[in-house]
Amino acid sequence: MGLGHTYAVALTGVHGSVVEVEADIADGLPGITVVGMGDMAVAQARDRVRSAVVNSGVGWPRTRITVSLAPAGIHKRGAGFDAAIALALLAAEGVVPEGAVAEVVLIGELGLDGSVRPVPGVLPALLAARQAGKSEAIVAIDNLQEASLARGMLVRGVATLKDLIAHFRGDAGRLIVPGPRMQAPRRDLPDLADVYGQAEARFALELAAAGGHHLALIGPPGAGKTMLAARLPSLLPPLTEAESLEVTAIHSVAGTLDPTTPLLVTPPFIDPHHSASLAAMIGGGSGDLRPGSVSLAHLGVLFIDEAPEARRTVLDSLRQPMESGSVLVARAKQVARFPARFQLVLAANPCPCAAARDVDCTCAAGIRRRYLSRLSGPLMDRIDIRLDVPPVDVAALTGPPAAQESSAVVRSRVVEARARAAHRWREAGYRCNAQVQSRTVREWWRSHGPRPVLLERAVRVGALTARGYDRVLRLALTAADLAERPVPDASDVARALALRCGEAA
Amino acid sequence: MAAKDELGRRGEDLAADYLSEHGLVILARNWRCSEGELDIVATDGIDTVVFCEVKTRSGTAFGTPMEAVTRTKRRRLRRLAFLWMSTIRPSGWPKLRFDVVGIVLRDNAKPELTHLVAAF
Repeated sequence: MGLGHTYAVALTGVHGSVVEVEADIADGLPGITVVGMGDMAVAQARDRVRSAVVNSGVGWPRTRITVSLAPAGIHKRGAGFDAAIALALLAAEGVVPEGAVAEVVLIGELGLDGSVRPVPGVLPALLAARQAGKSEAIVAIDNLQEASLARGMLVRGVATLKDLIAHFRGDAGRLIVPGPRMQAPRRDLPDLADVYGQAEARFALELAAAGGHHLALIGPPGAGKTMLAARLPSLLPPLTEAESLEVTAIHSVAGTLDPTTPLLVTPPFIDPHHSASLAAMIGGGSGDLRPGSVSLAHLGVLFIDEAPEARRTVLDSLRQPMESGSVLVARAKQVARFPARFQLVLAANPCPCAAARDVDCTCAAGIRRRYLSRLSGPLMDRIDIRLDVPPVDVAALTGPPAAQESSAVVRSRVVEARARAAHRWREAGYRCNAQVQSRTVREWWRSHGPRPVLLERAVRVGALTARGYDRVLRLALTAADLAERPVPDASDVARALALRCGEAA
Repeated sequence: MAAKDELGRRGEDLAADYLSEHGLVILARNWRCSEGELDIVATDGIDTVVFCEVKTRSGTAFGTPMEAVTRTKRRRLRRLAFLWMSTIRPSGWPKLRFDVVGIVLRDNAKPELTHLVAAF
């Protein structure tokens, strides 16, 4: 006969809301009801919690038990509520002091033997709890490193329900405190030094890294498109602390973190297969809303190989997050906004037969023409750099390995160029050229830049759209940033225009 | 009579005595129809008809007697109560109440009786 309560967190996408878990033990026929819009996993918590409690050596109340998850209006998903339900119940039963568990946030799934198991999404859950003013949390040991990233909260890990009960009964030393934060080894990213020749492609990649520009690589198989794309993350500056947390929270919900070194410090590289569905790309799913590839690639690189083979709806769905930096995934029961500020890299063969040399192409002219047009105009219009990747030079392949610049060298130039761009836009608050609003770019150019005669002509003859015009200005700015010129000159503009209007696209 | 029926019979007698001692008037015992059986029907003498299910066990190794009153059994008891009402047609509009009496009858020990008022 009693009432107990404690806290857990419900996640919608990457946003958490604190949930009060109440348990009431009253007269009545034995049984347990869980109310408050739980999904199947929450309903099944009844059976897990019962076995876990009994196997932890505590009696199960043989009366009517009601568990309520409040606020009742939010959908609650997953097994992460088990630990909170068990402790609320034990407090109601009087096994642990009611006051001891009343302010703590508990997140963990229970095994039938009473072990406390990790669940996905612990970091965003604790960030939400901290936001809501909670100061103490207990999670499964395998979630502890991740949970400890929520600075400013007292976070501890627990192995079993038995230890948890002992802790709340005043037995010190049953909980595990987080160890020193393990420095995630900088992932061994593939290095640009591996790329032979391809001087133009290397420069384009550097430009893309420095300005945050989207990139399309077009060339025959074996030219090194995938190789080049995979090296883009190594040219990007490492994530800042705030960015790291943002990215890690998304990957936490997806359940892809390494329990020992959960913090992601390098820009992610996500390469979904071209057969990816709309939900896989954008996010969604029928139960939990899971982040899609665009969100996993947040603050990193989204690479789509064989882009013309991808479904058109899937490719075109990228347009909206490319503009807004986030996706709103709406389903009948819930709506979640996922961050999705990614840098897009598309790779494509010039035609279906993909002969190494254009003269060997066996495709009918119409087919060849239609192939790349599968990449829709509005999508390609948002891509600043369209690069032809020619087959590798025989000389570069067989000759003595030329000393190639490594990623670290290029990255230092990229970091400097980005600093110059950030300085230029410090008042508008942009961090790289590709993000800047069209109006802002044009205004800056009108008062600082040279008259872009070349671009005016290109627009006049229809080679460049209005959006394309602004995009070339941004690209020219990045070229100037890399060349350490405060103001772009005619050569920067010419270079930008050439990259924008790559012959193949 | 089989041992388990004997046990049940003893339990029901104990329960009936207990309810009588606590001021209820027994209206019927082991009322049967094609749908099943009501163990005890009683009244508080004012305005309530009490349908009482008696569950007797010789030990708790397979759970308490209370736990044996499952959802299916509760549903059947409700149906039986309405059948009883429509057969007997007591005057007025009495309130209905469903009680459960759980009894553990161990060998050579005093019976342990639990009376759950308005159990469902």
